[in-house]
This record gives sequence, C-alpha cells and structure tokens, in this order.
Amino acid sequence: MAILTQEEVEHIAELVRLKLTPEEKQRFAEQLSSILEYVAKLQDVDTSAVAAAAYILDTRTVSRQDEISGCSDASRAIILQDMPDREGDLLKVPAVFGEAPKDF
Amino acid sequence: MTPNQLTIAEARKGLLNKQFSSRELVLACLDRIKKFNSRLNVFLEIWEQDALSLADQIDQALSKHEDPGPLAGIPLALKDVLLVQGKEITAASRLLKGHRAAYTATAVARLEKAGAVFLGRTNMDEFAMGSSTENSAFGPTKNPWDTERVPGGSSGGSAAAVAADLCLGALGSDTGGSIRQPAALSGVVGLKPTYGRVSRYGLMAMASSLDQIGPLAKTVKDASLLLSVIEGDDPLDSTSLALTETTVPELIPEDIKGMRIGIPKEYFIPGMDSEVETMVRQAIQKLEELGAEIREVSLPRTEYALATYYVIMPSEVSANLARYDGVRFGCRATSASSLPELYTQSRGAGFGNEARRRIMLGAYALSSGYYDAYYKKAQQVRTLIADDFRQAFRQVECLVTPTSPIPAFKLGERFADPLTMYLADIFTVSVNLAGLPAISVPGGFAEREGKKLPIGLQFIGKQWGESTILRAAHVYEQATEWKKARPILL
Repeated sequence: MAILTQEEVEHIAELVRLKLTPEEKQRFAEQLSSILEYVAKLQDVDTSAVAAAAYILDTRTVSRQDEISGCSDASRAIILQDMPDREGDLLKVPAVFGEAPKDF
Repeated sequence: MTPNQLTIAEARKGLLNKQFSSRELVLACLDRIKKFNSRLNVFLEIWEQDALSLADQIDQALSKHEDPGPLAGIPLALKDVLLVQGKEITAASRLLKGHRAAYTATAVARLEKAGAVFLGRTNMDEFAMGSSTENSAFGPTKNPWDTERVPGGSSGGSAAAVAADLCLGALGSDTGGSIRQPAALSGVVGLKPTYGRVSRYGLMAMASSLDQIGPLAKTVKDASLLLSVIEGDDPLDSTSLALTETTVPELIPEDIKGMRIGIPKEYFIPGMDSEVETMVRQAIQKLEELGAEIREVSLPRTEYALATYYVIMPSEVSANLARYDGVRFGCRATSASSLPELYTQSRGAGFGNEARRRIMLGAYALSSGYYDAYYKKAQQVRTLIADDFRQAFRQVECLVTPTSPIPAFKLGERFADPLTMYLADIFTVSVNLAGLPAISVPGGFAEREGKKLPIGLQFIGKQWGESTILRAAHVYEQATEWKKARPILL
C-alpha cells in the first residue's frame, strides 16, 4: 500500500473536518503510514469465499411504533443550557451560506 | 481494615449486620479519595454531596428493614463515558469540557435502582482510545502499584479506583480490551460481557459493533453481582439481546472438575515477556490440579486480529465521532468566522492526537477507492476470526490466555509510537471482534525495579458463556492468593 502523502492527509482532514497545523500534517502522514503498512498484512488472508460480517452475533430487525415520545423537561433544560450559543430556545451558528475560507 | 477495603459481598454483610452504615462506608471511600486522588489522578469529578445524601437515604431504608436492592449503599465509580443525567461528562476530552448529560445510561440506571451510590466519574483515555490512560486531556492516571507506571487503558481510572480501594467496584467500557487490560495491569477483576448482553444506551459510542460496558471489581463474585444488575435487553438499544441464561454469584459452582479448557497456541508468541509466560503456564498447571481438562487448540487467524481491529474500529470511530462538532454542545471554537471553520477548528483543537489519528485512519479506510481493500477486507477477516473461535469451542468450554503481553509499563514509554501502544492489545481484541465474553483476573506478579506489578489471566467464553468463565475464574481465584495483595499507597 502506498505511503500517505501530506496532500492525502489534507484531503482526509477535510473529509473529517479537522484543522491541522503543517507540523501535524507531516507527523500524522508518517504515523498513519506506518499503521497502514501494518494493517496491509490483511491482504495475505484468503477471503475469496468469505462474506463480510459487520455483526457477528444474532441480528434481527428491531422496530418500534412511529410515535412521538417527546423529551422530558429535565432533558430539554439540560440540552438548551448546553448549547454553546443560543437565543431563547434557538441554537445560534455562523451563517450556513457564508463565505468559505480560502485556506482549509 | 477500613470499610473501603472490603469487597462488595463483605460490605453488604457489614451493612445488613449494622457493623457500619452506608454513610460510613461512603465516607471511608471519600476519605481515601481525598488522600490519594491528586497523586493518582483517578477521579475527574467527585460527587460527594450526592453520594452522602443517597447513602443517608439508603441508611434510612435499611433501618426500616426495607430492601433498597442488591447493591444498597455500595459505593461505585463510573468511567467518564457513561451518561448520568445532569452530570458533566467529557470522555476525558477537551472538546466536551463542561458538557452535561441529558439522560442516564441504562446500565447506570439499573445500578441506581439496585441502590448503588456513585462516588464520581473516573479518568480514561480520550474517547476510550488508548491502552494506558495517557491520552486523557486531563493528565494520566497513575498505577497504584507503581505511580511511575500506567494503570492500563482506556478504563485506567476505574481500574485504579478499585485497585486502590477508593471504591468497591466500578463500571468501564471495553472495545478492544479497555476493561480487561487495565484490570490486568492494576491487579483487579475486569469482565467484558458477550456483545449485546449489556445495553449500550448512554455509553458514548466508540465502535458500535465492538463496545460493551462491564464491571471492574475486587473479586469474581463481585463482578458477577455487578453484571447481574446491569445485564439484560433494553428497548433503547436495538443491539442488546435477550439473555439466554444468566447467573448470580450464589450459583457459581465451587469446582471445575472435568471442565475442558483450551490453550490457544497462537497466544504464546516468541519473545513474549518471560514472567507473563511463566504466570500463564503456572495457572494452567493450577487449573489442571483443580480438575480441569487442558487441551491445546488453535485460532489460526490470531496474527491478523490486531490489523482487523485497527481497520474496523477506527472506521466506526470516524462515524461515531462525527457528532462532536462544537455546534450543539461541547466546546465551540470562538475564533471561527464561518461554519466550515467552526467545524474544523472546534474538532481540530478539541480532539487529542490519538482521537484525530483514528478518525482520519477510519475515514481513509472507508473512503472511495480504499473501502474494498481496507474496510471490506477487514470485515471478511473478522468473519474468519469469529469462525476460529467457533471451531475451538466445539472442543472446549472456555479458553485461557494472558490478558496483556506485558505488565504495567512506565508513563511515556510507549507513548511516542502509536503502533507500539496498539500491540498492548494483541490478546484482547479478538474477543471483541468475535463478540465473546471474557474476564481478566489477577494471575500473579512480575518484578520490575524492586516493585511488584500485577499480571492478568484471561478466560474467554463462547457467546453467552459468562457462567462458564465466571466459574473458571472464581475457582482459580479461590485457589490462589493473588487477590490478597494490595498496593501500598504512601
């Protein structure tokens, strides 16, 4: 497997919304590359006859009634108080359609 | 002996016989916490007032001969990853400093209903990522056996709390060994249940197909009692399953005559720590003396387990940690002038190095062009690993292995290179990948620089096989003297 370049790290950082310093980009490129080199050993395993299993144990589809159960007053009060910035009951964030920064 | 040094079983007797009150028991723990917490950094927050007022309520109920539950008045600690409504919860991350839980985890609610008293929340590796508790944003926890060494991780705080008699039991979480490995390094009992046995509702998710909540305790019977209270399916967690069997401490058999125990040959690797190997070999001999039938078995894909885990786990982590963005809760970057900047700065500054590494690793493994080679491949190998265990359990009832390849290492020793740290998990990750139950019990001591360091012995069971591993672990524990040793804190 190819070693990760800094550009690839930048791309991943953008996907996962992480702001990294130039030093961090270099350090993570090295560290992630060494981990990827290690996990490359999975390629040695013959899995041609194997189905991928996300859940190993009993799986069944669980459903519930499509009813609004609401939220307790206590929970609601905590959630509102926990908001980093708000106006009344409304959460405040920077404009969604504002100008994007040039340097990610 | 002060009440905080007792086991849960002993403390229950003491409370019922009125040798001491719950208030006295809680005060004994709080006293010890006040003495040692700043040195050990075990508790991130101590809930003194709540604990004492609940203890008083329990004492009142006991005096009226009411039955407030099987854990009435027993002081426990909770890993800082389990939601308790109204309490601050941070998963030891800067990103969540000041964040309050809006609801209570089912496992915690069940303990509450049983009368337990919570002393506070314990330190951990940030977002449960690590094997040493050095990845906490609030400083590492020190191992009570040698404060220059790590207690293990990620449930290092919970393990150290029990080891140092700061509480009588604790809850932790285990995704790749995070209950068992710190239990081994800190000399206590730690159990990871079968996947689906304990509800994950209210556990801050790390890797949803691997996570389980479990107990850390001073004895196997104590761990069994805690498990019996928290286990059982929950409509709030659709991956929790109805129990097919259960057990309570009183029903654990006192012998293992004829029990078929397997030794997976792949768990004895060249270059493994000689004291760890000696410990396991002596334990195997002891189990044979106790009447068990020992057989060598093979788990052929063991060598691929760590790689499998370090693809699947980060992939699920990258999805589960996407919610931490500084928007609705947690620390929001104040310098952000646009929404994209809000995300990247809050997350970039709030997450520590290990969290950021794993989020990026996971996103890469799931990304277009790499998904088949990494994530899909790992899921296929996972199926094979689970098959290996199925095959082995056709011949034996449980497996015995070392829990950790090494005893507690020094702070900073494995911190520089992530991969070196990951290797601490080699004996524990397969269990999570296969969804099986496993328990670590004290198995002996290594000696390093004149200090005794605990070594853990791991029993692995088949799906729902908790009663088998509890039985083997309990009988082994009773036949050995390891649990009598306690760390000396000065």
